[in-house]
Amino acid sequence: MTAHLLFDRIDEPGLNTLKVYEQRGGYSALRKAFAVPQNAIVEEISASGLRGRGGAGFKMGQKASFLPKGEMAKYLVCNADESEPGTFKDRELMQKCPHMLIEGIIITTFATGIHHAFIYIRGEYELQADILEAAIAEAQAAGFIGENILGSGHSLKLVLHRGAGAYICGEETGLLDSLEGKRGNPRLKPPFPAIEGLYAGPTLVNNVETLATVPTIINMGGAEYAKIGTEGSTGTKLISVSGDVQRPGNYEIVLGTSSREIIYGLCGGPKPGREVKMWFPGGSSSPVLLAQDLDLAYDFDTLAKAGSMLGSGAIIVVDDSHSAFEVAQKLVKFYAHESCGKCVPCREGTNWTHKMLARIEAGEATPMDLDIMASVQTQIIGNCLCVLGDAMAMPVGSIVAKFRDELEAEIDAASERANTVPVAPIQDAIPVGAR
Amino acid sequence: MSYFDKRPPVKRYEHGSRVPGWDEAVDLTKPPATVPDPALTPVPEELRAKIEAAMALYPDPKSASIPALHLAQKHHGWCSPEAITQVACVMRLTPAYLTSVASFYDMFALQPKPKNDVYVCTNISCSLLGADEFYEHMCAAVEGHDDIGVRGFECLGACEIGPMASVNGEYVGPLNLDDAKLIVEDLEAGRSVLEHKQLRNRAVADPAGRVADWTGIDPVGQEG
Repeated sequence: MTAHLLFDRIDEPGLNTLKVYEQRGGYSALRKAFAVPQNAIVEEISASGLRGRGGAGFKMGQKASFLPKGEMAKYLVCNADESEPGTFKDRELMQKCPHMLIEGIIITTFATGIHHAFIYIRGEYELQADILEAAIAEAQAAGFIGENILGSGHSLKLVLHRGAGAYICGEETGLLDSLEGKRGNPRLKPPFPAIEGLYAGPTLVNNVETLATVPTIINMGGAEYAKIGTEGSTGTKLISVSGDVQRPGNYEIVLGTSSREIIYGLCGGPKPGREVKMWFPGGSSSPVLLAQDLDLAYDFDTLAKAGSMLGSGAIIVVDDSHSAFEVAQKLVKFYAHESCGKCVPCREGTNWTHKMLARIEAGEATPMDLDIMASVQTQIIGNCLCVLGDAMAMPVGSIVAKFRDELEAEIDAASERANTVPVAPIQDAIPVGAR
Repeated sequence: MSYFDKRPPVKRYEHGSRVPGWDEAVDLTKPPATVPDPALTPVPEELRAKIEAAMALYPDPKSASIPALHLAQKHHGWCSPEAITQVACVMRLTPAYLTSVASFYDMFALQPKPKNDVYVCTNISCSLLGADEFYEHMCAAVEGHDDIGVRGFECLGACEIGPMASVNGEYVGPLNLDDAKLIVEDLEAGRSVLEHKQLRNRAVADPAGRVADWTGIDPVGQEG
């Protein structure tokens, strides 16, 4: 089943300009939104059942309703940091249809009484940042951003902020610290950003795709939007498919589509002669699934029930030409590099897991190291301020559990290669007290 | 070998801990630097104007520290002590604070760096498709070209064109091993890099989004 709300003819030339976007009916949702009371818009978004598209899947309507009402310094921050490995959907959206995001931001700020919004884009997305900057200037010149927009009484200041390369800044509180001009260290929650966020003011943090969906919801009506997809996961989702598939790229699917239909139908599956060995359903931070899980419906609840998660909607397919060890090593190196170092379990856990894998490679490990590695993962989960550590622990824990035989074989093969005896012979050990 | 590997390693004792004095950024014989005195710190007018414009965008001017460091790095080539002092002078912050920020983010160089940046993604999706091999080829291809710095980078957010690289901000891919040489040639000639493989010209994968006959652009390496 397909439906195209965000990606419909997105390649149309010039869609990044206001002229073409308006020809296609752009900014009509904004006019419609200005004609109804503010709380009706939040209700409409709640009725749509829209869940956050950034990773956590929290209901957007509910998040917006947590913000205190009334006039005060409140902020909207659009999270365009998109640094989860395997995720590249927001990049396509911002590059090709930036006004959809801007319109979503204007509607959301009107609905929640916010007058100051930021888009935090990762520093590597230079082309997309330039396009967004030009689009914001165009929208400003046309009177969609500024004082008393279209005579509605709503005013908005929108600033594009470029990051400088740090995975942790995709985490909402790390992003807020970074936006305040600090190192991007996550904060203790609660208080949640909706109560105390940017500059200690109530702050709504939403992903690019979530905000870009808002104009569609206003145009269609929340109830109509909720009819698409499944009961717990409404609407369409942009997914980024990469790795060992023949047609990688961004697709828009209806939530609840079978995963096999996505990986084999849309993306052509792995190269001829190869089989799916494992796949990450929601970015490199999600626990891996196997070929036998390919018939799972791709939605938030089904994947959670299967022990994984939909995350950012980034499917990474690994075929049988790669070893599980190689995948684990790549993952761990990334998280060890990106850990900000604030919480001990994450800083030490990611680095020691990296060293334990290096031990396996050097042929110095024993199967007991796998048990230690697995226990490190369980001790990281839930014990840090943010989920970066969990984001390593979940996939690595699942790889150790699901590919244990293969990893043990790798330990044996590596020690044979290195020609080392994994355990020191008993007679060489110095008895306690003789030191 | 990339220029990052060529840096002198941190001196260590045999048991592994660092020899005191390994951190060159701190000279403990001097008192800590305070907010620089504007009368004694010359700042290029153009740089000052841009930093001040960035500061004006935020309710709290301190928020502009990352944009300001970007500007200073562009102006000076890297985040040199001089560059950081100039930003500190305009923003009324201490150089230590700005150094702590700059050292957190991957895109700021606290050591002199070559003019051209080639970031090769070596994260999971790209490495499944051979990015590690490409990275080695790329490092070999720039031997003798001191104005090009190659760096293995974490996911750059363009996995559909893996293995890929960001050359001075321009995303190119999917790359094969021969492209390493072509990237160096294009950079040396001052041309736009691998024009037929640039992400900016690539069509979306979803057939419903593609308007191939209007654009006349043949999607790179894409079927259907």
